[in-house]
Amino acid sequence: MAETVSVDSTVAMRRGSGTGIAVWRWAGIAALIAVAVVLPSTISNYHVFELTQVMIYAIAVLGLNILTGYNGQISLGHGGFFAAGAYTAAVLMHRYGVPYWATLLPAALVCFALGMLFGVPALRFEGPYLALVTLAMAVAMPQLLKYFDTWTGGQQGIRLAKPMPPPELGLDRDRWLYFFVLVVLLVAIRVAANLLNGRTGRAFVAIRDHPIAAAAMGINTARYKTLAFGASTLFTGVAGALAAIVIGFVAPESFTLFLSLSFLVGSAVGGIATIGGAIVGGFFIEFVPNVANDISDAAPWAIYGLAMLLVMYVMPRGVVGTAGPWLAHAIQQLRSARRAAK
Amino acid sequence: MRAKQTVVTGLCMAGLMLAVNAVYAAGQYGPGVTDTEIKIGNTNPYSGSASSYGINGKVHAAYFAMINEKGGINGRKINYITRDDSYSPPKTVEQARQLVEQDKVFLLFAPLGTPPNMAIHDYMNENKVPQLFVATGADQWNDPKHFPWTMMWLPSYGIESHIYANYILKNLPNAKIAVLYQNDDYGKDYLNGLRAGLGDKAAKMIVATQSYETTDPTVDQQVVALQGSGADVLLTAAIPKFAAQTVRKVYDIGWKPTHFLNSVGNSVGLVMKPAGLEKGVGIISATYHKDPTDPQWQNTPEYKEWLAFMNSHGFSGNITDSQAVIGYSYAQTMAEVLRMCGDNLTRENVMKQAASLHNLQLPMLLPGITLNTSADDFDPIKQMQLEKFDGTTWQLFGDVISGSGT
Amino acid sequence: MHQLLQQIFSGLAAGAVYASLALALVMIYRATDLVNFAQGEMAMFSTYIAWTLVNAELPFWAAFVITLAVSFVGGMLIERIVIRPVENAPILTMVVVTIGLLLIFNATAGWLYSYTLQEFPSPFPDRTLFGALMTTRDVGVIAVTLVMLVALFCFFRFTATGLAMRAAAQNPESARLCGVRVGRMLALGWGFAAAIGAVAGIMVAPVLFLDPNMMSGVLLYAFTGALLGGITSPVGAVVGGLIVGVTENLVGTYLIASQLKLTVALILIIIVLVFRPNGLFGTALVRRV
Repeated sequence: MAETVSVDSTVAMRRGSGTGIAVWRWAGIAALIAVAVVLPSTISNYHVFELTQVMIYAIAVLGLNILTGYNGQISLGHGGFFAAGAYTAAVLMHRYGVPYWATLLPAALVCFALGMLFGVPALRFEGPYLALVTLAMAVAMPQLLKYFDTWTGGQQGIRLAKPMPPPELGLDRDRWLYFFVLVVLLVAIRVAANLLNGRTGRAFVAIRDHPIAAAAMGINTARYKTLAFGASTLFTGVAGALAAIVIGFVAPESFTLFLSLSFLVGSAVGGIATIGGAIVGGFFIEFVPNVANDISDAAPWAIYGLAMLLVMYVMPRGVVGTAGPWLAHAIQQLRSARRAAK
Repeated sequence: MRAKQTVVTGLCMAGLMLAVNAVYAAGQYGPGVTDTEIKIGNTNPYSGSASSYGINGKVHAAYFAMINEKGGINGRKINYITRDDSYSPPKTVEQARQLVEQDKVFLLFAPLGTPPNMAIHDYMNENKVPQLFVATGADQWNDPKHFPWTMMWLPSYGIESHIYANYILKNLPNAKIAVLYQNDDYGKDYLNGLRAGLGDKAAKMIVATQSYETTDPTVDQQVVALQGSGADVLLTAAIPKFAAQTVRKVYDIGWKPTHFLNSVGNSVGLVMKPAGLEKGVGIISATYHKDPTDPQWQNTPEYKEWLAFMNSHGFSGNITDSQAVIGYSYAQTMAEVLRMCGDNLTRENVMKQAASLHNLQLPMLLPGITLNTSADDFDPIKQMQLEKFDGTTWQLFGDVISGSGT
Repeated sequence: MHQLLQQIFSGLAAGAVYASLALALVMIYRATDLVNFAQGEMAMFSTYIAWTLVNAELPFWAAFVITLAVSFVGGMLIERIVIRPVENAPILTMVVVTIGLLLIFNATAGWLYSYTLQEFPSPFPDRTLFGALMTTRDVGVIAVTLVMLVALFCFFRFTATGLAMRAAAQNPESARLCGVRVGRMLALGWGFAAAIGAVAGIMVAPVLFLDPNMMSGVLLYAFTGALLGGITSPVGAVVGGLIVGVTENLVGTYLIASQLKLTVALILIIIVLVFRPNGLFGTALVRRV
């Protein structure tokens, strides 16, 4: 195999060179969070809405990264799980009057269960065969949603009342939803980081890179692979629920095969075995089609496709996947140069 | 002395009043309007599976460009901004918000598709932005009481299927009906409209239904299955590609039902000819506009004007496409409403003018079909006419029928 | 009974459409170990090239041959220019590159030719056979697909180039050591696949009608058929495609409403794959430790 293990190299750095890198990392993360918190007050409602979409896609892509990046199981069907989360939230809100913030947990649980269910037959398949099985999910979902129309509203979809921000905070609806999603994103990143940097994550990576060796070392591959599926769809399902809340409308047309492919593209562009890459992927999915539309009225998708190709040529491991190790390497060079100069 | 003062005061007051009137007469403007420009926005699917409808937006743009060349409307040029939503509702929400909040358009004109329009329905009405002449035939858009900022244009699919239902009840009372429909809101509306039109006979008369997805390569399985139900009447609610496949397959398997073909899929050039002209003889449809590939219109001055417009704006490859005729007529309606506003270009006035259409005629609509709206009726076109295919052209028969929709 | 026969024959006709594209997918997989998501769009684009030639008053077969040649060269160029730079990248990168190609071809076709439906001439006359069970065009598609299948089978089995191609795909380093020009084999693989796709598109366009989205739905079915038959087996691709066509028709008519026919058909196929994870005719991938 021409691939090398692409564990987040800053993890390796952290062990070896002590506190130096870690401090930089935390500072960087804190700065990003600070920017994210301050930003809404400086930009228009529309841009706040766009950024909220970016964060939702980031959470969805994060789910995909767990499965495809860290555990090596390809999925062409995450759009279907996104839809499952969205419709769970929509049906709960519309039919049972559940408040919007309380739909996240049920959506997470439903999608986790779905993912585990999927993970079991998925154990039998690899490569293109696994792609087909997951593709079936993406294709089946719109059909099922249209068929069970008493629950799902069928082709007409479900219209949802937009959430009202709590009055004490003095925020308008767009900004309230932005912060709501931001909090969920930060929680998701934290949970994913704990999962992936711990024992489970190492098991995932081991199974991805050397499944036979992993099994020989006593890792229960079946259990971890299924768990990877469930964890992955949990994240994407929560993202779907958030999407239903923020857009205020769900319909089968919102969840086409193209959405699944978009998640895959976002994952690859950001860096499949990274957490930060999910955010980059979210930006890519949200903004590049719009920019493509501005560049070319006649063939916007052609520009979108070209953008994909360009990113893959320049950074085959994705933005964070390529820039991350490069950055860590550069910092190490700097430090050893500084040490040598002393 | 006093008299002189009075006259001067009087003159000053007159002058002041004239000045104030002049300010008012210069026009009241909503967002997106200036002395020289009216900015209108649109969403259309230019990519994805619904991209065959994208020609609507392109024709609008070309028509407005043509109007601008001739001096614009009441001295103002139309700045038409259209954005791609790929027929995906979340994308439509995004594009509509960008148009309204960033581009600051005056109104949204002819956004296309039922799910896309549903996604922005609440937003447009909450923000009091006209969602004018939506490009979809679903019945729900005609609701001025709850959604005063949303107006239709097309005759609803419900009206059309009611017309077929009435015809069947009158002429084929013992019919066994099979329905082939596209599995989305558009196709479902036809099925539901037929059921509603047949009333309590629906359950007995409709013996089989089959649906297809736009991603299905063929509809052969559906057609064969419908034949197997023993039906002798078929209603096909399909877009041109699948309508053509259906017409051909029905003939090829030797099935001879009374075949009703919906107006979206009855183009001579796009459907009847590819299927095989002889295979469509006897098919019944309804329409409200002139089919550009139908020989009977091709010597009329209205057609020639449309053709000249198409050829001079880069659409020579699309002169077979009925969507281009529809888009052209949409744009003409918009231009007329803007003209009717004069200098009073506020959003309220646009809706008021749009709701005051009276017997408005458009060159590419059938003779006898006009646009009419009122404060309670936001569906401008409610008339259609039945037609039967004779192997070369659609022969109109009967009178222009007025439907009432739902 | 008549209905059953009708559905089976319709299914075979549709299945042949899927099988023809599935052959192209298998070709690429055999040559490069990669599933090319852009295969359908490339086939569609080739069909538009043929259409342009036919509209320019060229006789059908001349247009056919020219299109094949252009597609072959085009496929090789794509491999050289687009795929070669990311040859050693992770699989997902390659997948994204093919998705990008898909979008580019689709959008370019839409831009050049608009999305309005077009007619495409068929070399076969428009007649029904076997008492309306099939049309001559459907039979034409099946016949051409079988011819391509035989050609492909013989190529891989009996020619030196075919052997070299299989070697280059399975083990590039060893193949190089044996003197196989691996790069050239990859390019040839893409070229052949593009040509097969072109044939598929030209055969299929009279039946499905030509528009930029003509192959989008077909790709999914072709993919399913190729995997069902075994992604490494041309025979499997054809058998798989035919089975998918017939299964879908029968499921939609007898088992469940047509709204769920694709879902149920896919579930059935996945169940079959659970018992034969490499497809009906596929060879198991051996993992060396």
